Amino acid sequence: MSKQIIVPFGPQHPVLPEPIHLDLVLEDEKVVDVIPSIGYIHRGFEKLVEKREYTDYVYIAERTCGICSFVHGATFCQGIEQIMNIDVPERAQYLRVIWSEYSRLHSHLLWLGLFADSFGFENLFMNAWKIREDILDVMEQTTGGRVIQGSCKVGGVRRDISNEKLDMMAKDLDRIDRDMKKLTTVFLKDDSIRHRLRNVGVISREDAYHFGAVGPTARGSGVSIDARKLGYGAYDRLNVQVVTDSCGDSYSRCAVRAKELFTSTDLIRQAVKKIPEGPIDVKVTGAPEGEYFMRAEQPRGELVHYLKGNGTKFLVRSRIRTPTLTNIPPLIKMLQGCELADVPVIVLSIDPCISCTER
Amino acid sequence: MENQTTTNIDVGKLIGCVERFRNKGCRLVQIGCTKVGEQYEINYSFDKDYHFENIRLTVTADTEIPSISGMYWSAFIYENEMHDLFGIQVRGMNIDFKGTLIRTAIKYPFSQPPVTVTKGDKP
Repeated sequence: MSKQIIVPFGPQHPVLPEPIHLDLVLEDEKVVDVIPSIGYIHRGFEKLVEKREYTDYVYIAERTCGICSFVHGATFCQGIEQIMNIDVPERAQYLRVIWSEYSRLHSHLLWLGLFADSFGFENLFMNAWKIREDILDVMEQTTGGRVIQGSCKVGGVRRDISNEKLDMMAKDLDRIDRDMKKLTTVFLKDDSIRHRLRNVGVISREDAYHFGAVGPTARGSGVSIDARKLGYGAYDRLNVQVVTDSCGDSYSRCAVRAKELFTSTDLIRQAVKKIPEGPIDVKVTGAPEGEYFMRAEQPRGELVHYLKGNGTKFLVRSRIRTPTLTNIPPLIKMLQGCELADVPVIVLSIDPCISCTER
Repeated sequence: MENQTTTNIDVGKLIGCVERFRNKGCRLVQIGCTKVGEQYEINYSFDKDYHFENIRLTVTADTEIPSISGMYWSAFIYENEMHDLFGIQVRGMNIDFKGTLIRTAIKYPFSQPPVTVTKGDKP
């Protein structure tokens, strides 16, 4: 047996936008074990629930993540609405779906760019982020914010989108689809990318499932789980296609996200076609008493907001289980046996969001 | 909306109960802790085919609970979190960070009494 050495990876590393630390146990160039460590930016958001009224806490929940902020806010609101039996107007439910899917487009395009950057394809990185700007423009036009929208509230949404604007958005998606098609063709067909990603960071279907993988990390290994299938919001009235791939390597995880861009634009089009006229919110009185585990599909996978109220304005507990937290154990499995040079690509292939994880 | 069931169990029955979920092919969704008065509620959540089930332990601060990481390897991430934030003692974790997974300014911050907010307090 070769001599084992430990190489620290992170918390500061060129491929890591946020800090996570991994102790890589190496034999020659091969990783034989990995010990993760987080906690560099723990913010204690969950503790803040004790001093913010539940209606204000929506803003805190949104700030859990700077990428999928809308989904966090919407998930929190839906959890409270479940506890309080609030009947949210149909139009608000469709608007939540539309903004959630724009968030997914934004997140996946951001990730595709970062991923291209991790394997040295700078031009592809810039092209992915160029399309992402179009998505952020729509978010800004319809909510007022590029990454923190503040458009969701308990009982509905704060802003409506006019039908004319919705039609324009749907029409503009045709152009965005064409741009994304060009972009994803490079990701999926280019030989150098395929060579760099195939058979790198492989995790089997069984391991992905039993180690708790969620989102594209699970679906890239053929595990067909997608919380949108639970039918929350208006998803039960839309045709949600779950994208899977079977190889379980970095290429498969990339392919799932690339294909999910088009399922998101499809869902937005479906929602625009079906969205009814009507109010966008209901008046909320009282305070939540009870508990609920609200599950939703964030761009990185299944998100859980556990909420418990005692009949006062202040919740007893808000526990946020983010997809990256549960994707860390599968990441360890992927890294075991890989080459040191592949570690950055594999780490990025799960789309780690440390600010979500640290919350 | 999703039908969710929660079953209260004793600490002694945890391993057997989790084993049944494992044998049924359920996925571990999360383990989370909540301080309720002087006690702690620990929720173990499982899912199979979009069917959500939850089991709950109610323990005191000095209760040591067995790790389920022997059956669900990924449980170590939640068990370490529970220890670092609430001070829950977990016996037999497959990866024990010994309190260093989450760096906090004060020890076991979530075991501290809830903040009391009165009108006029600055947030």
